[in-house]
Order: sequence, then structure tokens, then C-alpha cells
Amino acid sequence: MPQLAQFRIIHGFTRLTTKHNMTEQRKAVALISGGLDSLLAAKVIQEEGIHVEGINFYTGFCVEGHTHAIRKKDQKKSKRNNALWVAEQLGIKLHIVDIVEEYKDIVFNPKHGYGANLNPCLDCKIFMVSKALEWIKKKDFDFIITGEVIGQRPMSQRKETMPVVSGESGAEDLLLRPLCAKNLPETLAEREGWVERERLYDFSGRSRKLQMALAAKFGFKDYAQPAGGCCFLTDAQYSVKLADLWRARGSKQYEMDDIMLLKVGRHLRPAPHFKVIIAREEGESNFLQGYRKQFVTIKTISHGGPLALIDGEPSEADIELAARLVARYSQGRDADLVELEVEDREGSSHALKVEPIKPHEIPQEWHI
Amino acid sequence: MSRVTLDARRLLCPMPVIRVQDKIETLTPGTILEAICTDPGVLNDIPAWCRINGHKVVESRSDRAEYTVVIEVGEAE
Ligand code: SF4
Repeated sequence: MPQLAQFRIIHGFTRLTTKHNMTEQRKAVALISGGLDSLLAAKVIQEEGIHVEGINFYTGFCVEGHTHAIRKKDQKKSKRNNALWVAEQLGIKLHIVDIVEEYKDIVFNPKHGYGANLNPCLDCKIFMVSKALEWIKKKDFDFIITGEVIGQRPMSQRKETMPVVSGESGAEDLLLRPLCAKNLPETLAEREGWVERERLYDFSGRSRKLQMALAAKFGFKDYAQPAGGCCFLTDAQYSVKLADLWRARGSKQYEMDDIMLLKVGRHLRPAPHFKVIIAREEGESNFLQGYRKQFVTIKTISHGGPLALIDGEPSEADIELAARLVARYSQGRDADLVELEVEDREGSSHALKVEPIKPHEIPQEWHI
Repeated sequence: MSRVTLDARRLLCPMPVIRVQDKIETLTPGTILEAICTDPGVLNDIPAWCRINGHKVVESRSDRAEYTVVIEVGEAE
């Protein structure tokens, strides 16, 4: 039986315990999503005198960043990255880990299935905790904290899924959920007295009241409260676009550029082999400019209008149809003819005059 | 004092921050790292990341569509 804490410290001071006969401070890594729960979970453990550092996983689908960098109307909004903000509130280091490539496998084949949309939440949690486990082994940390709360999310945070996450990730009792620990079996950190189980919480259910009260107690204000989840995969419209992409390609695959493009513009698919992405405003047009070498692009010449990309292998007739669609969303929508410039991937371009398509000629199914 | 440049253009946040973080791991304290980016979000995110991880932003400037953040690598703990 290891010796227990030599110093009992409350409220932010260092807790020292013996480890390998040396006095050493216990260390935990907290999964930081940027939401309130992970902020509170990390804070509760800091209050136990544990040295906490944060880890944040970037899957490519994260809500953070991106879109406000693209849409002009959003550029004035605060561009705060909530995970960094949380770390700053806590005064902890934050390690951001790029898992874009490895994560694809989770999105393609989630063993536990998808949630309401294409969100593989349970597999995602298991994967992130397993990555955190690798990390603590490498960095010689003692345990892992998450902000999970039993019953908080219908798919991934239920009483039955808690042992699934700790078991399948391999973390087992190295995983502590401070906000609902009292409803769960004791973990190593509690057993060893590194943290006091009595001072942990027993939150459960979907209500946010207890979390908000705890936030107030710690003096946290202005924290983020994401409604659906921490990523675009919980968004119905986004999932429809991703499913359409997989159907069109005949297999589940995506690259980083696909993930980004699904967030931008109006997507219309007139035929299985091509779709048209039309910018909705100037910021999106600027963003799509960056893809000119990868796609056939169309822009209006005779009138002001958006930039559009054609994803797929369009024929001449397809390009003309795409041009009519782009004309429809330009300032020349009511003109008899609109002149556009079509540029291929190699940079050679030609002009095209088309009649803007009429709204009733656009079947609803084209809109993805 | 050595000076290193990082090209993080066309990457959207938090990718430029991740690139800065991974680069800094390979640099010695005192090195100056100049990150050239196109996502304006870096003007908030890179300084925030530097503040919590003990590095110093010595300059940040924007030139049309490019944003450059100059960082002095702090002492490793
Ligand atoms: S919302 Fe997205 S990031 Fe969060 S657990 Fe679900 S799949 Fe993972």
C-alpha cells in the first residue's frame, strides 16, 4: 500500500504524495473541449492540489475556428478558441493534438454506430481517452480527467457507456470523471487518496443547473455552452452533405479539403457525378478562390456574383447548367443573359453566356 | 539568436496553432519563430496559446491577406 498524501492541501495548493519513494506531485491530463463541463472537471481536480494540463483533440470537424474565418459577416464576431480560453481561465498548459488522419477510421466505421446524425460520439470518446492514455504514459502523468456527466448526452454519456469508455480505451481506473465520480466505482486517484472522493460530484441528467451553480461558485463567467455537441458531425445539414459526398464517391472517404468545403457555400447536385458549390457571400468567394487549382471554377463577368466550384467531372453541358445556376445566384438573376468565366484546373479559361435558371427549374432534391 | 520561419498559410485555426506548437517543441529557448498565416484567427489564438504555454509574442502584423506572428520561445519546464 503506497503511503498516502504527505501534505493535505486544499484549494489550489500542491498535493504531494510519495511515488517510487520520492516525493512527487501527482499530475492529471484533462480532456478540454472548450465547453463548461471540461472546464469544471479540470477545476475541481486543480482544487485537490493536482497539477493539471489540458489536451484538446483536433478532428477536423471541430466547431472551433474555421467558419468565422470564412464568412465575412462572422469575421467581426469574437474569434476566441474556447479550448484555449478554458486553459487560460484555469492557468494550465494546453496541448492541441492533430488527429485528423486517425480519426477518419472512427467516422467511417464506428463500432458503436452513429448518433442522431453522423456523429460517432461513443467511439470518438473511446478514441480520445485512448489517445490521452498514450499521452500520459509518454509524459509520466498519473491519470486522466473528462467532464463527462451521466445522462448528459443520449448516446455517449449514459450510465452503461461509462465503463465502455474506460474499458475499451484501456484507461480503466486511470479515468476519473470528477462531475459524476460519486455515481461511479472508485478510480485509482480516489483509492490512492490523490483526490478526496467526498469532494467530487454526483451530477446526472441533462439539466445544466448544477454545472451553472458550480461555475458561479468558481467565479467562471462567459463560458461556452455548445448546444448540440463539440463538432459538425452533430449538425443535421452538415451530415446530409457528408452522406451525399460518400454516395457520390461510392465509398466513405474524405480529405481535409472536403471537410472544409462542406462548411462553405450552397451545395447543389444536379447529377450524381458533379455538384456545384456556390459562395453565399464575399468571404466565402474569397475562401473558394484558394481552390482554383483543384476544381473547375465559374465566376460572373457581366454582373456582380459569387464564385462557384464544380466538384466532380463535368461535361460541357454540365458546365453550362452549372453556369446557369451561378447566374441565378448573381445580381444578373433577372437579366436575359449573364456572361460568366469558366476556368479549368490548369488555369485556362473561356467565357460563356447563359440564361439564368428559373427557380422552378431547380428541383428541391438538387439542394443538399 | 536564431530565427526560424514557419509557413502556415492556407491553414485554418487551430491548425496554425498546432504547427506553431509542434515547431516550438523542436526549438531551443530564445529562438525567434516567425509564423506566416492567412487565417486572421491566429492573431487571437497564437498569442493565447503562447500565454498559457510560456512563450512570448514579440510582434504581430498583418499585411493585406497575410498575418505574421513573431514568437520568442520560452524556457521549457
Ligand atoms: S460531438 Fe463530435 S467531437 Fe464530440 S463526442 Fe460526438 S463525435 Fe466526438
